[in-house]
Amino acid sequence: MKSSRRKFLKLAAVSALGLGAGRIGFLGDAPAGAMDIPTAADYNAPMEAKHWGMAIDTTRFNQELVDVCATACHTEHNVPTIPGKKGVKWFFGGNFEETFPTEHGHYLAEDVEHRVYPLLCNQCEEPMCVRVCPTQATFKRADGIVMMDFHRCIGCRYCMAGCPFGARSFNFQDPRPFIKNFNPLFPTRTRGVVEKCNFCSELLAMGKMPACVEASGGALIFGDLDDPESDIRKVLRERFALRRKPDAGTGPSVYYLM
Amino acid sequence: MIEKALRGSPRYWGLIIGLLCVIGLGAGFWMFQLTKGLVVTDLSRDVSWGFYIAQLTYFVGVAASAVMLVLPYYFHHFKDFSKMIILGEFLAISSVLMCMLFVVVDLGQPQRMLNIIFHPTPNSVLFWDMIVLNGYLFLNAIIGWTSLQAYRNNMAPPAWVKPLVYLSVIWAFSIHTVTAFLYAGLPGRHYWLTAIMAARFLASAFCSGPAILLLLTLLVKRLTGFDPGKKAINTLATIITYAMCVNVFFFLLELFTAFYSNMPGHMAPIVYLFKGFDGDTTLVPFMWTAAALAIISLAMLIPYKIRQQGPALVTALILLVIASWIDKGMGLIVAGFAPNPFEKVTAYLPTVPELIVSSMVFAIGALVLTVLWKVALSVRKEVEGGNISMVAPKSE
Amino acid sequence: MYQAKYIIPGLIVFAALVLFPFVFNAGSAPFEVKLELPKNASECIEAKEVMRARHMQILDEWRDKVVRQGVHVYENSKGQKFDISLTNTCMECHTDKAKFCDRCHTPVGVSPYCWDCHNLSPKQAGPIPPVSQEAGGH
Repeated sequence: MKSSRRKFLKLAAVSALGLGAGRIGFLGDAPAGAMDIPTAADYNAPMEAKHWGMAIDTTRFNQELVDVCATACHTEHNVPTIPGKKGVKWFFGGNFEETFPTEHGHYLAEDVEHRVYPLLCNQCEEPMCVRVCPTQATFKRADGIVMMDFHRCIGCRYCMAGCPFGARSFNFQDPRPFIKNFNPLFPTRTRGVVEKCNFCSELLAMGKMPACVEASGGALIFGDLDDPESDIRKVLRERFALRRKPDAGTGPSVYYLM
Repeated sequence: MIEKALRGSPRYWGLIIGLLCVIGLGAGFWMFQLTKGLVVTDLSRDVSWGFYIAQLTYFVGVAASAVMLVLPYYFHHFKDFSKMIILGEFLAISSVLMCMLFVVVDLGQPQRMLNIIFHPTPNSVLFWDMIVLNGYLFLNAIIGWTSLQAYRNNMAPPAWVKPLVYLSVIWAFSIHTVTAFLYAGLPGRHYWLTAIMAARFLASAFCSGPAILLLLTLLVKRLTGFDPGKKAINTLATIITYAMCVNVFFFLLELFTAFYSNMPGHMAPIVYLFKGFDGDTTLVPFMWTAAALAIISLAMLIPYKIRQQGPALVTALILLVIASWIDKGMGLIVAGFAPNPFEKVTAYLPTVPELIVSSMVFAIGALVLTVLWKVALSVRKEVEGGNISMVAPKSE
Repeated sequence: MYQAKYIIPGLIVFAALVLFPFVFNAGSAPFEVKLELPKNASECIEAKEVMRARHMQILDEWRDKVVRQGVHVYENSKGQKFDISLTNTCMECHTDKAKFCDRCHTPVGVSPYCWDCHNLSPKQAGPIPPVSQEAGGH
């Protein structure tokens, strides 16, 4: 069990490095071996679902793996690394108390207490951010993904007050100087708009799995919650899972396998 | 009538120029904020609304409070308010204007703000807030200006004003209810998630708004000799006293529900405000100051004999305004974000640029109020033949 | 005329202000735009005339298609298909914004905010867009 996890982590780290190295390049150089520039043919076989969801195998997560996934996500989407309380986060980690504050579990099982739980947008079934947005800059797609239209966002931050999960970040300043691993194929954001995880809708459209799922080496299970035969439904039938703050009534599409 | 605002004493012009200077300075800082982004504020991922939105909330209350004059005057024919009513309506105009400006300076992309109109979204309370605030601005501008014009011409206001007045009474309640709904419907913010939020907002508005109006009126009385009448002052003071009692009572209801039920989520923000939470005690001294001032002001207002004396009344009103401002203009918004979704507290205190940008909005409100009140008082002076402390108007 | 001494000078000042740009530019050379066209392609996604007149509407439709409708492929009047992407399709051929977009945008005084977020090229090396040598870069 332990050795297999270590092997996986090595693999994940190597693949993340490869991904990163491909993207960074040298100043003034075109990134050598970067991802091919997409063409219309790349969209021939998109991944489609009625209700995208994610199951997180929390038993396999520690800080290292969270960092691997976060790097993959933040590289794909040009998420800036800004220290302090004005930061931007799409994929990050928290301990049990932070992830499930309403559980108030005083005497936790040791391994439960020491896991690092991945945190990301829950892509809710009844998203409060969508309900409060005054311009429909945040909206829910038919496949369940809660999307941001950065062109339309006026930066009122009502969605940040509405989200019970702290999944949203505001660009308090121009994020570009803070982008560590740059992906020229995906836009950056401008100051004054809110952003969050988009379940890699741009990759799904090309038939690819989300970046964090790819990087997780199987610790993140992604699939159609409406399809009883999907991998995610199978794993949810087999194992006990929690959702964050179910009493907030937003219906998260992200499940934590305990 | 607007030409009345162009003739005034050196003191009047001094005030206007002073306010314009503050506006200029604040506009400079706003440009700085626009180019750098909201990074110049102390707002954060966790406390994503702060001083600006808190001022919006407070001044929606001040705007709504005009109804405390309009309602007795039109619904109960309480004629003693006739001289003050126009001041209340004009205060509402400048307050609503400030509210809207506080939203604008809070936006990350203000140049796109018309998206709220281009993409109307009825499920968003902010969309409705935009509608009710604009509506209230227009209602008060039309009613106030038309009534003043009729008064100047020694005529009764046109008949179509009456229905607008009745509408404005309902509208006043609606602006503060909708503003409360901005907060009261969010599942993750326990301090705001309370059915009594709108009622609390109205109670605090109906004490703090008339208190500000009365203080300003007494200031104008000292400066120009305009006298709203002893009975009007006393009645307004009584209204303020009752509203403040209700305001404090509603807050005690919140305390009971949170602490008797012993539900952690409900207690946490109140503990944060009065004791500190997760090691952060930024707001504790402010909140205890507010609590003390609220009690002192009530102790001075409730006894009829004390609140009838000018200096005591003024002191009590100032204490009340400070107390309600700390409660609503500082504590309410920040405590909604404490603790954050991860049970942690992130500190927030407005920065200097934030305060200077806010002072620009305050100065714009004060400028509009000064000009409008100048017009109103000059018209009164003209009609009353130079003596503005005279009898009630003949109109109505 | 009532208060003619104010109104007539006022009208003259107004007319002078309105006519100033026409008088100022009278006789100067006609406005001309010289664009540097891509070397690796001879045709754009639509005919030159269409692009000249409608590129801004096309881009506006494109952003709604990708972001709001999840449509990523554009089929032009000839049935050719393209990835709907400002950076990855347009800017792959029009490699230098300064020598194409800005050549017209700058003299006519439009500064679209596309580049606040969108990268100048799918081969751009770093997150901060390189500053163009040519004047008029955004």
